[in-house]
Amino acid sequence: MRLDYPFSGAELLENKKAIRKELLNDGTKRTEKRIAVLGGSTTNDFCRMIEIFLLKEGIQPVFYQSEYAQYWNDGMFPPEELASFRPDVVYIHTSFRNLSPFLPSPALSKEECGQKLSEAYEHFSVLWKKLSEDYHCPIIQNNFEFPGVRLMGNRDGWDSRGALNFVRKLNARFADYAENTPSFYLNDINYVSACYGLDRWLDDSVWYLYKYACALDAIPHWSFNIARIIKSLFGKNKKVLALDLDNTLWGGVIGDDGVDGIELGSETATGECYLAFQNYLKSQKQIGIMLTVDSKNDLNNALDGLNHPDSVLKPDEFIVIKANWETKDRNLVETASQMDLGIDSFVFVDDNPTERALVGASLPKVAVPEMDSPYTYARVLDRNGFFETTTFSEDDVKRNAMYKANADRAVLQQSFADYTEYLLSLDMKADILPFPELYIPRITQLTNKSNQFNLTTKRYTEGEIRAAAADPAHITLYGKMWDRFGDNGVVAVTIGEIRSPDELHIELWLMSCRVLKKQMEYAMLDVLTEECVRRGIKTIYGYYYPTAKNGMVKELYKDFGFEKVSESDGGSTVWKMDCASYEKKNHVIRVNCPEEGEKK
Amino acid sequence: MTEIEVFTRLNKVFRKVFDDNSIVLSRNTTAKDIEDWDSIEHITLIGAVEKEFGMRFQMKEVSSMKNVGEMADIIRSRV
Repeated sequence: MRLDYPFSGAELLENKKAIRKELLNDGTKRTEKRIAVLGGSTTNDFCRMIEIFLLKEGIQPVFYQSEYAQYWNDGMFPPEELASFRPDVVYIHTSFRNLSPFLPSPALSKEECGQKLSEAYEHFSVLWKKLSEDYHCPIIQNNFEFPGVRLMGNRDGWDSRGALNFVRKLNARFADYAENTPSFYLNDINYVSACYGLDRWLDDSVWYLYKYACALDAIPHWSFNIARIIKSLFGKNKKVLALDLDNTLWGGVIGDDGVDGIELGSETATGECYLAFQNYLKSQKQIGIMLTVDSKNDLNNALDGLNHPDSVLKPDEFIVIKANWETKDRNLVETASQMDLGIDSFVFVDDNPTERALVGASLPKVAVPEMDSPYTYARVLDRNGFFETTTFSEDDVKRNAMYKANADRAVLQQSFADYTEYLLSLDMKADILPFPELYIPRITQLTNKSNQFNLTTKRYTEGEIRAAAADPAHITLYGKMWDRFGDNGVVAVTIGEIRSPDELHIELWLMSCRVLKKQMEYAMLDVLTEECVRRGIKTIYGYYYPTAKNGMVKELYKDFGFEKVSESDGGSTVWKMDCASYEKKNHVIRVNCPEEGEKK
Repeated sequence: MTEIEVFTRLNKVFRKVFDDNSIVLSRNTTAKDIEDWDSIEHITLIGAVEKEFGMRFQMKEVSSMKNVGEMADIIRSRV
């Protein structure tokens, strides 16, 4: 169940007991913080939800809750229980419902309505000053959601006698106070209720029944916004964005499509979308957020993409660029250690759900938001409040850094042992079979598109592919792979020619980068070797022809256990392997399982 | 919807909201029989039951239901 945006308010409310229990038992060491909640309406479920969101951020809250609607009296004339509570933060939970004594009306003059506004402002500001003197701690105050009805229709918004106009002006006065007062923060429920939808936010029945100031399902949204401020105050903000490149910062795969083939810039709708996201990321730097790259790419290709003429994020915008073929969790851990930051400072931004699952499982302290379509990337990051900008003390910063460095070392050790386990957990299955007619177009396309994991970069026409499939002197294999997250489609293609009865020469060996480090290449080799043995072929020859883009597979045949036969001046290599001594290499993908057959 | 069906689904909701898999509802079950069923949890419970059955209780029903049997009767009359 998601505890980050986009979460389901109803789900969180219904399961709050189980969620709380699970968080409390997850072994996290948490800092206790004392929160005084001064309510203008019912606060119970708000406290429960704030607790859940803060537990997730490593904070164990302890609450004081005022008696029903006693926010002002409790603050001004504190009962013994509050006086001795020693809050670390005071939160004033008021809403439009609490403005009824102050509201203007068409029966009053403009001046009288102005007077009402001042009265309302004074009512609150005197409370803030008193709280600040008594507790010397941060104060969080809600601003006001818009009213559910407009007595004068549109006039309500611009006439001083209108309640809507009143709320707008009062919110502006609150904002002025916040801007000019240290340790005072506004919880912007006016914005949050707009995001949620005002009509859904306001639910009169729960007000009359339980005196809740918003719909039940909106309570987690309201609470999440408070928790954002509180965790930020106590130094739990994220600090670094670790960004994937292909289909995250631009559309397409730079290694395959080339710098001219990726979508970035105002030429296409998709390109514009990625450009806007890059601009959003660049603006994050203004509030001190650091950018890093964590991408499966050759470094040169990555740099080519970042130097694209329409790229706003040029290479020097990043603190660390990891573009290589390591697993992404290992890259993240290295980046963290290089930057001397804890792994919990990182937000991992990647369009690929499999990569997100790997990082999420291997590094649970890293925030891994759900980045599903490029036009929602910025919103998902934004609504999660990773970088909620309050202020926090120098001490908190230091304490965090020390704690984080320790956590970091521990995480690094873990990531090694877990990778095979992770692969097994994916429940990968593959069909590896001779080319069928159905896939001829896709196979042809792959031979013309794949540049990186491609040993010979030999291009084929559909006719040539069809001919190879039909020729008894060729062995053709395609690989189609799927896992519990979904179907990757046809991702691997191999063509070998039988040049003498006991020799197979691999003319084409390619794989899509979307299944890198999944042992798919091993699965392909297993099947190929098996087929060779079946046909009485004794030796397999492999060829590597270097190009600008296929550096990653230079040593592939060595890794396969082939021995090098020759090497040319240009770096082309020839390899061979004896089929008889071959041992199966893939232990994580189930291949050609008859009971399941082909997926869908 | 049969009474058994309603009770099966209610039982599921109760177990989730009170995080207690030992709950077995009968017509006579009241708040006294379930440890965590106080006025605060009652709110979450009502919200969850309304979601489960895609209906809403009238305001006077929320405060007047005497036991789970009455709750089930209202649900059956509504869906």
